[in-house]
Amino acid sequence: MPTTTTRQVSAPARSRRGLRARSTLAFWLFTGPFLIGLLIFVYVPILWSAWLSFFEARFTVTPSDFVGFENYRTMLTDEDFMGSLVTFTVFAVIIVPTTWALSLALALAVNRLRFMRAFFRSVFFLPTAVSYVAASLIWKMSIFNGVRFGLANTVLGWFGADGTAWLASPDPPWYWLVIVTVRLWLQAGFYMILFLAALQNIPPELYEAAAIDGARPGWQTFRYITLPQLRATSTAVILLLLVAAYQAFDEFFNLLSKTTWGRPPLVELYYKALGENQDYGAGSAGALILTLLICLVTLLQGRIMGFGRAEGSK
Amino acid sequence: MTTGTSRRGRRGNVLGSAGLYAATSVAAFLFLVPFYLIVRNALSTDAEITGEDWQFFPGDIQWGNVTEPFDDPTVDFARSLWNSAVVGVAHTVGTLLVCSLAGYGLARIPYRHANKVFYAVLVTLMVPTAVTFVPSFVLVSSLGWVDSYRGLIIPGLFSGFTCFLFRQYFLGFPRELEEAARVDGLGYWGAYWRVVVPNSLNFFAAIATITFISGWNSFLWPLVIGQDPSAWTVQVALSSYMTNQTVNFHLIFMATAISILPLVCVFLFLQRWLVQGIAQTGIKG
Repeated sequence: MPTTTTRQVSAPARSRRGLRARSTLAFWLFTGPFLIGLLIFVYVPILWSAWLSFFEARFTVTPSDFVGFENYRTMLTDEDFMGSLVTFTVFAVIIVPTTWALSLALALAVNRLRFMRAFFRSVFFLPTAVSYVAASLIWKMSIFNGVRFGLANTVLGWFGADGTAWLASPDPPWYWLVIVTVRLWLQAGFYMILFLAALQNIPPELYEAAAIDGARPGWQTFRYITLPQLRATSTAVILLLLVAAYQAFDEFFNLLSKTTWGRPPLVELYYKALGENQDYGAGSAGALILTLLICLVTLLQGRIMGFGRAEGSK
Repeated sequence: MTTGTSRRGRRGNVLGSAGLYAATSVAAFLFLVPFYLIVRNALSTDAEITGEDWQFFPGDIQWGNVTEPFDDPTVDFARSLWNSAVVGVAHTVGTLLVCSLAGYGLARIPYRHANKVFYAVLVTLMVPTAVTFVPSFVLVSSLGWVDSYRGLIIPGLFSGFTCFLFRQYFLGFPRELEEAARVDGLGYWGAYWRVVVPNSLNFFAAIATITFISGWNSFLWPLVIGQDPSAWTVQVALSSYMTNQTVNFHLIFMATAISILPLVCVFLFLQRWLVQGIAQTGIKG
């Protein structure tokens, strides 16, 4: 497609300046509303909370008691807050590989189907429409209800096994099974769509060439053709999964309400800043620590997968 | 069209695809179980749900359950549905308007410092809005927007990610169409509304679907802003059922079913755009 057209063929200097002024005006007209909003609702809150984090700020957002790095020290030595980072790590270590594997497997399966492909794709994709709150409700009240009539306990009963109180105690940590399955169910279809799109972009000639070279269909072609061709998608999916895991709130909050264990960072922060104490100073310090951490992770990942490529097309 | 023809016999293929269909069907069955549970619980009586033996289907379908969430005095369910509808629609329309304009400006209007502006947007991509909910709450509460539609809607409109997606899309928009509009004497504004938007409806539909779903389903921000029950969205209302003292199974599952229904409809009707949109925007960039 011929998209390269030379722009603004040498016009007289004055009219060019007029053109430039007009386009500058148009630029701000188009981007202005967004940028003002971004400034007010993204940049200002972050700066404000950076300021708050150096003050003793309980129940107030205009504090006067400067405390230096005290809030940061409190947060970094706070067992609950540091524990929440451990919870996130455990969560990420489980959820990222399982979602990656399940969504890839679903994509591979759906991609090979000849009949009813649209039906199966829709079935796997449908949970994406359900909210984390609704899914948590189903998981907590019906599937993993600790009482006898919960579905999981009913099925265990069919095999003569005793039921378990899935969410009631951190030891043994059955609650992880509940938390991981709910997110798997909600997320897998979405990432399956990404993998499906990537699979359809693999040139069929590669498979033909491999077949001629004697590669057996199945594991060999998957290992040496499909998987390498999916590399870019895989890295992106892993990054998206990691960022999503970092922001986990809804299912932890709803499934483990009123417990003091199994809190990921955002839930911990919620109770710290908006709970009984309304400690905005420590809450802001916590938010900034989390922000820094996620920036670090994103940058690191971005370096590995070469985020610059996305903007290379000027 | 998937893999090349293999040298294996036909029987192997038939066996293989039978196995594939079997495995995929099992997975599909498991994926559908939660939907089955919602429907079964919503249309049963509590006695059937909590009974000694598992009841696969309600003995008599309890259609009367449909109105129960609306008659429940403890949670104003109708109000929360209405709030979600208002927030979902306003969130979608607002985000699309603001972010598409900005994306177009960044992609197509020449300006010396456009790159610097773009970097200011890119930086915000690294900081997910969920992580900054404490600072955002501090700001919004000092504006006095707690428990209001303004507080629920406006802070979420300025999504760096959506703006980024629109920019990437407009970079690939054919220039010839715009230039034709320019020849006809339209400025940037006119060309945008008369030519660019009408020719991008598929993309707008895809982003609108994704934005509406995430708006309707969002929980953390509405939870923080909706301190008073009158400002609850449907997600906050659902969440409150889980911590209530008295558990009324058929009622809360009916409420869940009602809260999911609009999305499932949106989903089934707009799936084509949704899949296209995700495939286009998710990775390719």
